[in-house]
Parts: sequence; structure tokens; C-alpha cells
Amino acid sequence: METTSLHTTGSKQGKRLLEVRNLETKFYTADGVVNALNGISYSVDEGECLAIVGESGSGKTVGVLSILRLIQSPPGRIVGGEILFKGTDLLKIDDKELRTIRGGAISVIFQDPMTSLNPVMRVGAQITENIREHENLTSRQARQKAADLLGMVGIPTPAKRLDDYPHQFSGGMRQRVMIAMALSCSPQLIIADEPTTALDVTIQAQIVELIKSLQAELGTAVIWISHDLGVVARLADNVAVMYAGHIVEKAPVDELYARPAHPYTIGLLNSLPRLDARIKTKLKAIGGLPPNLLGMLQGCAFAPRCMFATQICREQAPPAIEVAPRHQVACWHSELVSAGERP
Amino acid sequence: MTFAYVFKRLLGTIPLLLGISLILFAIVHFAPGGPLDVYADNPSVSKEALEQIAKAYGLDQPAYIQYFLWLKAVIVGNWGYSIRTGRPVLTEILLRLRPTFELGGLALLFSLVVAIPLGILSATRRGSKLDGALTLASFAGISTPVFWLALLLQLLFSVQLGWLPSAGYQSIGDGSLFDRLAHIVMPAAVLSLATIASWSRFIRSGMADVLNQDYIRTAYAKGHGLLGVIMRHALRNAMIPAITVIAVDFGTVISGAVITETVFAWPGIGRLFMESMDGRDYPMLMGLMMMGSVGIIAANLVADLAYAALDPRIRYG
Ligand code: SF4
Repeated sequence: METTSLHTTGSKQGKRLLEVRNLETKFYTADGVVNALNGISYSVDEGECLAIVGESGSGKTVGVLSILRLIQSPPGRIVGGEILFKGTDLLKIDDKELRTIRGGAISVIFQDPMTSLNPVMRVGAQITENIREHENLTSRQARQKAADLLGMVGIPTPAKRLDDYPHQFSGGMRQRVMIAMALSCSPQLIIADEPTTALDVTIQAQIVELIKSLQAELGTAVIWISHDLGVVARLADNVAVMYAGHIVEKAPVDELYARPAHPYTIGLLNSLPRLDARIKTKLKAIGGLPPNLLGMLQGCAFAPRCMFATQICREQAPPAIEVAPRHQVACWHSELVSAGERP
Repeated sequence: MTFAYVFKRLLGTIPLLLGISLILFAIVHFAPGGPLDVYADNPSVSKEALEQIAKAYGLDQPAYIQYFLWLKAVIVGNWGYSIRTGRPVLTEILLRLRPTFELGGLALLFSLVVAIPLGILSATRRGSKLDGALTLASFAGISTPVFWLALLLQLLFSVQLGWLPSAGYQSIGDGSLFDRLAHIVMPAAVLSLATIASWSRFIRSGMADVLNQDYIRTAYAKGHGLLGVIMRHALRNAMIPAITVIAVDFGTVISGAVITETVFAWPGIGRLFMESMDGRDYPMLMGLMMMGSVGIIAANLVADLAYAALDPRIRYG
């Protein structure tokens, strides 16, 4: 997929922190090659929050785990592209350098706090080992820091909880532990891979608020993966919408919600419950299923589900074009789509 | 609490041991032949003398009476006298305990030191040629008859090369550490082969399972290397399912390795069992088998405790 040279810039006007160019990741499975990422490009500025939104299987998680080369290999392999973090290509550095970045300058909050913490290790030890991997602290200092971090993410009586095991925490509290761990070495970028999906709705809101406030306080850049445009509206500066291993639309958050230009984005927005809807409309699901990424697709991947699809859509993949400042869309008929009344 | 749990478990072993003793006694007595058969065809032992011996050992009583007599004595700590040697059963067993513990202990140490790295290696290279070769080797190891392997090793190292003594606990008139080590390596290696093979399989499958878990990805995301991930995060989790098998094998090996000890003329519990079997030495056999049962029950208890020690989610009470 071609991309224009113009990149979305964060509203906070920071310096460019991360730039992903034409990233391609494939999985070599027994059934054949799965094209999980088909050349995606995006960038994140210092202090920016970029949301990457898509259905499961759209490649959004693979896209961010590829940044730290955390996809399982085999079968996964990054076959092309560049990942420039402060100018250094993370795909070219050796394991040792990569290890200093993992958990140091870039950290990850994983989706499921139930399974992402080691069940047989005390949470204090799980936090301090991250600290001591990257910073020269004594074990007492690291422990003190871990307690401070737990306090910062809102865990009551943090010093006492250090010696507890993960199963002694609730789901929301475990995710707070994960967040404390991710913050422990003052990262410049946090990758949050659907950090609220596995949690109850009320807890979800608390975790979103927590990350938002920590981000504001610490000025850390965040890439937030979600399948839920509703959650994203509350915290992102920019949004990238992914479908079948492509970024199909990318825009500042307000622009995207006001003037979506890709049929898939519109579909996602229509499937959200809206409080301001004047008429009670039924929630609309997008018809059909996401494509099987096994083997190569011809034309636009969304064509089989798209009401705007024409001959050209089925034959050639649409290039990304800029429809408004910092608003890019990969669709042959985006003008038509955005002109059309939103249903 | 753990103490209360152990106490409860120990209490539970009493009826278990009673049942085991009853079954063992029945098996031992139903086996054809008896302790005095060796003398039956001996013309110099008169019929009257035989009857006298039978009476002295209580062998003239019906089997169930014999059982209760045996039980009554055992409860007060008297395990009876060996019919073969005339010495107290307990003394005989204690004499043989040390060689068995030495042999079993060394074999288990071997097994742990070899099986854990092999299992890890296999699991981290799943599907590789090395993994395939190790899988094949472990099946070969499990299927190799112990006596055959023992004979082969004796042929090679004792007969052909002359490096190691073929059997025995130590040379007569020697007994230095080196001499005893030379005697113990071959039986220990033979004894550990099967456990290495099976343990490495269990550790491999436990490891393979654990390495796919989310918390392993978390560990990588913290900047750990492969070794750090395995030592700090994977190994302990991978040992949890393997620990039961390992502990029970501990019990079995420590209770005496009959074939290995016999082939290598090792003066341990296993060979004592063989000898007592041949002589239908009832009190001796009962003593040995009860000890073995206690050993295996203890190993099971230890397995459960080790399980809880490794996995904080498990609490007994
Ligand atoms: S390129 Fe064609 S098929 Fe693809 S989203 Fe646009 S209109 Fe639909």
C-alpha cells in the first residue's frame, strides 16, 4: 500500500518519537502464509496518544507488538519496513540493544491482566525485576520504587501488597499492577494492547481515566489498541483505523468522528450506541465477515462488505490519499463516501 | 495450615497401611512354596526338626492367625526375625538402607541434573532436529530393559576396557572414596536412565506449555533474554506438573531398585528383597514391602507439599 509523505501530527506538537514505515509481518503457518500486516505506516509524537482501532484479526495487535519484535517467531516474521524510534531502526538493532528498550524506553500493557502476570511470583518481584533490569538500584531502592508505583496507580496500602501473588488481586487491580510495571522505568512510549477489554465495564472506565491522567502527568506517548471507537474518543489525539492488515483511515480524533471518509470507519461509528441520536435507530452491524488473510487479496480488502464497491475496488488496492489536513483515507470513492449522508 | 494438613494426611495413612499389609500378607502367603521348602528334600533334616522350626516361627498356624500375630508384634515395634538368617528384620533392613540411599540418591541427582536441561532444550527448540533426536532417545531410554543395559555396560567398561569394577559395593580391603565411586557410577547411570527419559519428557511438555503463556511475553517485554525468561519465569511454572511424577519416582527409587541392585550385586534393599523372595522369608518380605509402601506414601505427601510450595494458588487446609 502506498502512503503519502504527510504524517499526522499530534495536537501536543511534540517531536517525532516513533515512525513506522511500510511494516509488513507475515505468519508462516501449516495452512499457508497469513498476511497479518500489509505495509502499514504511522507515527507517534512525544506525548501523543494514538489509537489504533479495528476488529480482532485486523492486525492491530500484531502491528504494535512488531514494534518490540514481540510476535512469536516462528511462525511470525517481520518481512519488511522500518520502525524508527528516535531515529533508530528497531528492526536493525541487535538483541542486546533491543532488550534495553523493551521495558525501558518502550513498555507494554497487555490485554489480559489475568494471564499476563506470572502466577507464581510476587507482584513486587515482578515490578522490581523490570526496574533492576534497566536501572542501577539496590533491591531495597527498587522495592521502595515499586511501592511508590503501586500507590501511584491507585492500589491501597501498596507496601503491604508487594508480597502478594497476582491471584490475590482483582482483575482491575491486576491491570493496575501491569500499569505500574509499565511505568516503572519512565518510558517514553507505552503500548496499551486493549488494556480494558478483559475487564468489567465500570473498571474499564477507571483504567481509561487512570491511563489518561498518568499520561497527562508524565507526558508519555501512548499507542492505544482498541476495537471500540467509543473508548478511543475519550483519550486519543489521533486515530488509525485498521482493516485486514491495512490502515484504511487515519485522522485527528475530532476530524475522524465528524467526517469519516472510509466506509469501514462509518460502519464502526454506526455500530456505536449514541446518546445524541434524535431518532431511536437500531445499532447497525457491518454485514459480512472480515477476510481470511491467508494468501494474497486482490483489490480493496473491504470490497466484499462495502456498499460503495465498484469494479476498480475489486481490481486494484486503493492508495492512501489526503482528504483534509492530516486526514488520510485509502478508498477509491472517499469523496462520495464522505459526501453521502451518514445513515 | 500446612502442619494441620500434614497431620491429617498422616492420620489417613494408618488405615491405608493396614489395608496394604493385609493384601501383601495374602500375596506373600499364597505364593507357592514356603520358607522351609529348602529343607524338605534334605535327608539330614528330619521331619521332627522341620516341625519344630515351623512351630518356632508360627508357620504351623493358619494364615489369618499368623497375620494377627504379625500385626500385634509390629504395633509394638517388633518386626520379627528373618527365617533365613535368624537376625531381626529391622536390623537387616537398616544395614541395607545406606547402600540403597547412596545409589538411589546419586541416580536421582544424575536424573535431575540431566533431565532438566534436556527438557528445556527440547521445549525451546520444538520441532527441530535436536528435539526429534531427544524424543527418540527418551523413548529408547524408557524402553531399554535395565538388565540388558547393565550387562552391556559391564561388558564394555569392565570386561573390554577394564575401567570399572563390574559389581559390588567396594573392593575387599579398599573402601576409599574413589573405590566406592568407581563401584557406584555404573549402577547409578543404569538406574537413572529411565527417570532421565521420562522426566525430560514431562519437563519438556510443561515447558512447552508455559512458554506459550502470556506472562512469558510479559517477561520478554521487560527486557529479559531467553535465559532470564526461563530461569526466572518459565522453570518454576513448568516444574509444577512434573513435580508429582518426580516425587513419586523418588519414592520408588529409594525403596530399592531390585533389578539394578541384583545385576550389580549391590548390597541394598532391592537385592535383600530378591534374596528374601527366593527364600520365601515371610517376615523379611513383609518388613521390606511395608517399608517400601511407607516410602511411596511419604513421597506422595512430599509431592503434594512441593506442589503447594511451587504454586502459591494452592493452599491445603
Ligand atoms: S475502495 Fe471501494 S470497496 Fe474499498 S472501501 Fe472504498 S469504496 Fe469500498
